[in-house]
Amino acid sequence: MTSAVTAFAPAGLDARPVYELRNVTKTFPKRNVHALDRVDLTLREGSFASVIGASGCGKSTLLKIMAGLLPPSSGSVVLAGKPVTGPRRDIGMMFQQATLFPWRTAIENVVLPIEIRDGKSAAQAKHADARALLELVGLKDFAHVFPNELSGGMAQRAAICRMLITEPAVLLLDEPFSALDELTRDFMNMELQRICLARNATSFLVTHSIQEAVVLSDVVYVMSPRPGRFVEAVTVDLPRPRTLEMITTPRFGALVDRIRSRLDKGAFL
Amino acid sequence: MTPPASTPSAAAAGPADTVWTEEVSLIDRIPRSVAMIGLFVAFIALWQFTVSVGLVSPIILASPWATLEQLIFVGNNLLSGDYMLRALWITTKEVVYSFALAITLGFSLGVLVGETGFGERAVMPYLVAIDTMPKIAFAPLFIAWLGFDIHSKVALATFVATFPIVVGTAAGLHAADENSRLLFKTMGASRLQTLLKMKLPTGLPHFFTGLKIASVGVMAGAITGEFLGGGKGFGELIRVAASQLDTARVFALIIYLSLVGLATFGLVVWAQRRLVFWQKASVGGDALP
Repeated sequence: MTSAVTAFAPAGLDARPVYELRNVTKTFPKRNVHALDRVDLTLREGSFASVIGASGCGKSTLLKIMAGLLPPSSGSVVLAGKPVTGPRRDIGMMFQQATLFPWRTAIENVVLPIEIRDGKSAAQAKHADARALLELVGLKDFAHVFPNELSGGMAQRAAICRMLITEPAVLLLDEPFSALDELTRDFMNMELQRICLARNATSFLVTHSIQEAVVLSDVVYVMSPRPGRFVEAVTVDLPRPRTLEMITTPRFGALVDRIRSRLDKGAFL
Repeated sequence: MTPPASTPSAAAAGPADTVWTEEVSLIDRIPRSVAMIGLFVAFIALWQFTVSVGLVSPIILASPWATLEQLIFVGNNLLSGDYMLRALWITTKEVVYSFALAITLGFSLGVLVGETGFGERAVMPYLVAIDTMPKIAFAPLFIAWLGFDIHSKVALATFVATFPIVVGTAAGLHAADENSRLLFKTMGASRLQTLLKMKLPTGLPHFFTGLKIASVGVMAGAITGEFLGGGKGFGELIRVAASQLDTARVFALIIYLSLVGLATFGLVVWAQRRLVFWQKASVGGDALP
């Protein structure tokens, strides 16, 4: 069986590829699990891609491999021309939980990655950048507030800043807003789009929500489990910037239907 | 213009709009200070009654009045810097030394057990085995090894107080959630960085729980050591007073001794409030007023 999808460029065919996965396979011999099967993926500069699939289809494994947290069993993983062999500063990552540390103020949380990699004085020197980022996400007045005084949405915004402070080449987003309520989540998705467009960020999102995937992405990869593989890449040809109003348009509905039909076939077997 | 008697007065008009309010039972409405003083008075009265009626011989249970007299006597002795103050000073030294030792030892062992696989798999089972022993029973051994001086008491008190700190530290190091660990991994943090910047701060509340238990344990250990091993500490004063059936003196001495314990405990609570400032709400509630 051939891989159903070959990577193709969504937004701007000519944009420079930033992240390239070729034939990535992952098996866990101990548990006899074939998690990923020959996954090919190209992320081009400034594009937004999503992967969607049922729980346990290998999305998280894929993301961990891309983040350098887990080695693939075979295949090549190349970011910005260099193979990924471990965690790297040009990979920004965000999780479902904001995971801010309560003994650090918002701004101290934001510069934490710098402090870890380059030490305290380097982190101190980055405070101006951190303040600019906090302003970008609308937390200008909360720089010196401790996390237990931030709402869930605000905490996730601070987490966005912490991800961006190292100026990563690619953003890996693991269901970043799924712990938030739906209203906040919609709003944060629009914020995320704004930030990504403003910084021409290359992003890769793992999600359970078809709607979220469509509204944010240039291309949505539909994944099926056991072994995890892409069964289709759906190009989202809605204009940018996307708005929440687009959700009610027929084109949006058609895309959602298309993705859902692919999920129905492969995902829940 | 006065309202008719049947309608609520102006003052009651506001509350009268509220048709349904939470009922608080009478006993819960007593202010805390009143309740505490009331309980204290009731306790003393019951105590005095028991002694006055002759239910218990005054040799076995001294009256509150006799105890108060002794409290004043011991207090005067302490203030004048006489032998009782020297005894209290010896016991305080034992408590301070053994608490410092227990923290050092307990924290080191806790990090070994909580951070390394070797510690968890090989050291922890032994620690658990020792912890289940009645540690006070080791007192004669410590006295045989270290003599009747302060050392044997410090050793016993340290022995008693170390384990809660080990357990607290180890539990604290395991308290960090998966997200925090993953985050530190993605930031490329070294093991030491992860320990210092994430695991230890996350575990501070657990560490302090251990410290609180230990702060009570050092006092118990030091006094037990003094009971069994003599010396010149406060425990010896209590032992002598008890052997003379001077229960009033025993009560008075215990009350002054408990001040040292209270101070140790208070110091821990104060340090916790300072260091674990993000947990403000939950710290104060668990012991001191």
